[in-house]
Amino acid sequence: MKYTIEPLGDNSMIIELGQDMSHEIQQKVKKVSSFFEENRFDWVIETVPGFTTVAVFYDPLKIKTKTLPYDEVCAFLEPLLEKLEVDGDAEPRVVEIPVCYGGEFGPDLEEVANHNGLTVDEVIDIHSNGEYTVYMIGFAPGFPYIGGMSERIAAPRRSNPRLKIPAGSVGIAGKQTGVYPIETPGGWQLIGKTPQKLFTPDGDTPSLLQAGDQIKFVPISEEEFQKIEEDAK
Amino acid sequence: MIKITKPGLLTSVQDLGRYGFQKYGVITSGVMDTTAHRIANSLVGNAENEATLELTLLGPDMEFREDTLISICGGNLSPSIDGKPVKLWRSVLVSAGSKLKFGGCKTGCRAYLAVAGGFDVPEVMNSKSTYLRAGIGGHNGKALQNDDELSLGKPSELSEKIAKVLAAQFGENKFVEMQWTISSDFIASSASKPLVRVIKGRQYDWFTIESQMKLFTEHFEVTSQSDRMGYRLKGPELALEEKQEMLSEAVSFGTIQVPSEGNPIVLLADRQTTGGYPKIGQIATVDLSIMAQLKPGDKVQFVEVSHEVAQQLYLDREKKLHQLKQGIALKIRQETK
Repeated sequence: MKYTIEPLGDNSMIIELGQDMSHEIQQKVKKVSSFFEENRFDWVIETVPGFTTVAVFYDPLKIKTKTLPYDEVCAFLEPLLEKLEVDGDAEPRVVEIPVCYGGEFGPDLEEVANHNGLTVDEVIDIHSNGEYTVYMIGFAPGFPYIGGMSERIAAPRRSNPRLKIPAGSVGIAGKQTGVYPIETPGGWQLIGKTPQKLFTPDGDTPSLLQAGDQIKFVPISEEEFQKIEEDAK
Repeated sequence: MIKITKPGLLTSVQDLGRYGFQKYGVITSGVMDTTAHRIANSLVGNAENEATLELTLLGPDMEFREDTLISICGGNLSPSIDGKPVKLWRSVLVSAGSKLKFGGCKTGCRAYLAVAGGFDVPEVMNSKSTYLRAGIGGHNGKALQNDDELSLGKPSELSEKIAKVLAAQFGENKFVEMQWTISSDFIASSASKPLVRVIKGRQYDWFTIESQMKLFTEHFEVTSQSDRMGYRLKGPELALEEKQEMLSEAVSFGTIQVPSEGNPIVLLADRQTTGGYPKIGQIATVDLSIMAQLKPGDKVQFVEVSHEVAQQLYLDREKKLHQLKQGIALKIRQETK
């Protein structure tokens, strides 16, 4: 696998696997992330995937060396990373996210439709039939950066961001779609809401989604929304 | 038990941070000034990662409901117990019923209050740190409020010994301070324009030669838009050679990123896990404590240091901190013989 390693700080480094956001690079990011998860080197504190990178935070004190810990780590990793190859397309995990579109849950659905010269139903249809990949989790706990939305439903951010966007809101910003895991301020156009929790701080894996997952948005009615929300209690 | 009778500006329970969950977008949180926090813990016989209270600018008022071994390190927020000033960077035994207050901020802006045994709050994702925005960790996921009651953990054997040394000198006093303190090497400089060492960032070369030079020759001022998440700085405008879009990637404690308007932001304890702005620099870990003690209006001068030197400085500092910890234990052993 081709890569470059560069320091991020004096106890972290970034492994870069390409320049552009693509499926191929995404597969490499996933491969390198799993490499660290499988090996659990005792000097690694944690790894954080980006769109084209994997950052490694490490403890220099745990690296026995007469030279610089960073140099030692690079020399150790280089042959291992070189040998690493993406073995075909690993079957991604598919996560279904139920969404109740429009109404009070998606106050901007009509605006997105008007902006693109579509009907509300067409927007729902396009959004729920897309094939989406989670590139990374960031910005907020459990917040997925999702690629793969059709440009036919792209819409600019609101000029006047909302101070409070409820957790579970599904939105569109430019060519991206996303789901808000916790209540935050934000400028996304809201088209719906999911009753599915994306962030559960008491679990081992607090985020429903992980980098590399595939997402399917499944339209549900308001009754189904309420039922799922009740069942989760 | 400690009862809070006035919360102060921003008082929260923090340890060294929540690690292993950044890939899920969960920020590390944790103390801003790790050196002061670690020394405060060492002075009361705690493990370095035990939770302390981080006090900001205007400290809280509190009442001790039991005899408690404490230490206050970091910025000087003028602590006093029942009207008598308390020294920083020392082990202090406080008697039950005493009231600890903080006055004005004399140096720095954050102080750390460690208590023997630590604060008995539940760990969330392996950490006691308060994640203020998500409302998790610490004491009820929040900054401390009036009437909050904090239970203390079980003191270590070393804690008991330190308390015993001090208890012998109690007499009629409300509190006793240890005679000795730590070497001033560990105390962050309170110079008016401190020097902070910086490694070139991953996108340093994207900036104009002029901006690259200015980063290391001019002063930057901490603006009022600064908090635990990051400091917005004001200074010469830092510009890119040409407009370039960056794909989001991980950032770190001390990353200096520059949004398009040209004023740098230093990312700190409550930083987001990833960022999409070009990184012009990265503060050397050993100098993060200096940065964490700056307050709005303070100025800072960045000095270039190589990545190699920054890592060596880190190893040297860790060695000294380790020796300090051993030194404290040794001294207590001698005094309790």
